[in-house]
Amino acid sequence: MVARADFEHSDGADGAEVRFTGRLTLARLGDVPARLDALGPIATLDLSAIDRIDTVGAWIVTRAAKEHGSKVVGASAEAERLLDALASDKSEYRVHRDRRPAWMRMLEQVGDASAAVWNELLGIVGFFGAMIVALGTQIRARRRLRWNAIVTRFQTVGVDALPIIGLMSFLIGIVIAQQGAVQLEQFGLEVFTINLVGRASIRELGLLMTAIMVAGRSGSAFAAQIGTMKLTEEVDAMRTIGVSPMEAIVLPRVAASTITMPLLGFYASLCAIAGGGLFCWVGLDIPPLTYIQRLREIIPMTDFWIMLIKAPVFGILIGVTGCYEGMQVRQNAEEVGQRTTSAVVAAIFLVIVLDAMFAVFFSTLGWN
Amino acid sequence: MADETDIEIREELAAADAVRPEKFERAICIRGLKNQFGDAVVHEDLSLDVRSGEILGVVGGSGTGKSVLMRSIIGLQTPAEGEIEVYGKTLDTIADEEESRDLRRRWGVMFQGGALFSTLSVAENIQVPLREYYPRLDTNLLDEIAAYKVEMVGLPPDAGPKFPAELSGGMVKRAGLARALALDPALLFLDEPTAGLDPIGAAKFDELIRELADTMGLTVFLITHDLDTLYATCDRVAVLAEKKVIAVGTIPELLATEHPWIQDYFNGPRGRAAAGGNQTAKHPVFGGDRNS
Repeated sequence: MVARADFEHSDGADGAEVRFTGRLTLARLGDVPARLDALGPIATLDLSAIDRIDTVGAWIVTRAAKEHGSKVVGASAEAERLLDALASDKSEYRVHRDRRPAWMRMLEQVGDASAAVWNELLGIVGFFGAMIVALGTQIRARRRLRWNAIVTRFQTVGVDALPIIGLMSFLIGIVIAQQGAVQLEQFGLEVFTINLVGRASIRELGLLMTAIMVAGRSGSAFAAQIGTMKLTEEVDAMRTIGVSPMEAIVLPRVAASTITMPLLGFYASLCAIAGGGLFCWVGLDIPPLTYIQRLREIIPMTDFWIMLIKAPVFGILIGVTGCYEGMQVRQNAEEVGQRTTSAVVAAIFLVIVLDAMFAVFFSTLGWN
Repeated sequence: MADETDIEIREELAAADAVRPEKFERAICIRGLKNQFGDAVVHEDLSLDVRSGEILGVVGGSGTGKSVLMRSIIGLQTPAEGEIEVYGKTLDTIADEEESRDLRRRWGVMFQGGALFSTLSVAENIQVPLREYYPRLDTNLLDEIAAYKVEMVGLPPDAGPKFPAELSGGMVKRAGLARALALDPALLFLDEPTAGLDPIGAAKFDELIRELADTMGLTVFLITHDLDTLYATCDRVAVLAEKKVIAVGTIPELLATEHPWIQDYFNGPRGRAAAGGNQTAKHPVFGGDRNS
């Protein structure tokens, strides 16, 4: 059987004489450190009776010897080597970061977060500017746009998103119609459900829901792809070869999302209207033909223009935010995840803020 | 004072404890090992002994399965055939979870890229194995252990609270070594410890490995491409080629063999340069006993 670490002590004139036994190792340490601490002054530490010692055991001995100024006797050559290795002063070796009081850390966090939001906004605006400059040089140098890259992105940003966006919009159309009908029925005006669904989908909801979905699907993908490329130094390699990453990576993605957004938005609006129509037919007994005829009467052309004006702006915003966040990755894989999250959050937030501003702007124009 | 149950558990554990590194002349004993991925056979009928207390260098061309061999020994790769005994125990046949943990804590592994946990600081990385195996350890003692391990591997005093991303390549390797040494293992596995370091950093790392092995009485299984590391640290060298270990011995012994790959390896321009640089250093492999 293997003996665990232990010690016996006898009181001497200058303090206790401690005699260790067993294996003074990490695995067999047991309560030795605690009992040793509980002891008063120690004059000598006797290692002659131990079976084995490792660095942890040696550290316990060194620590006690330093604290009490005691002598270490009976150490074998092996123990002596370990004790020597641990003898130097370790007080300057730090283990934890500096801790500040909680209120200070909270203030610090609020400050840091605010500064981070501001810097991020500035960064996105700056990145947008850099992208415009890159586009300018590309046009001036008469280099062709990378259509291949753009078209590939059409596939992933646009075509692949059709089923999910269509289904989502269709369901939202049903929900709006159903909720609207419940309220309007109280006044006997359930026929106005058509107005509600038609105008809300074309003017706001179709596009807004599309933007949120595209930000979640493609904005995040942009950030993750570019972030990974940064980590593997692909972006740096591109630069050294003389290919501008702005031209090769960023522009195609932003172009794709800008061009796809109006198409997806329009498609989403149609799906929402179809969903609303289905509910009107089944729930309110309004036949599809009447529904369509009514839609033509109540939706002004301006609603359509509003959607078409907003859509590319949202597209640029989502593309730029995704690419910007991806480009900010510097250190490790974890950052890719963080940047991807903030790409989505920032894009959705900015889309909604811009949408509110557009709403005020168009109302002031009189496009009601 | 620790409570009674704690002592009881420890004594039970001690009674069941059959893995006692110091009793074994051979730390690792591999017989008839076969490893394959699909149809590709990496090792066939490979046998190798690692003696207790030695630093064994493992060399071989790219793709000869040096890392696979290490992974088989530490149980990350289940061999198709053959037996691997570490301190008299075979990992796959250990049914008892407690026993396999007992074996695992006898070794420390330093992976090629350091494999530090990126969300933890260096000190916390070192404490992970300690916390895992000894959850009752006093937090002050944990911090002290982390601090002296940081010092032992030659990291600067402010390295403890830093995160892996804030460290240079050499520091990551040292931190990886500190974590491998956290449990005071008897057996240390190093996968290309000096790869990616500059010559000065690599030389210092060689020195550190030699020093730590002597101080702590380690057995080291060292995979390397670096000829300087072989000359500076290893007691014996095992050469992997043709799916097995074709030769084991000190460098002069290997030089005496006729095998073309070994001759190319040690007598190539780099081999000669490394040998020339170390002859004056009067190293154990060229005579002289390091234990004297």
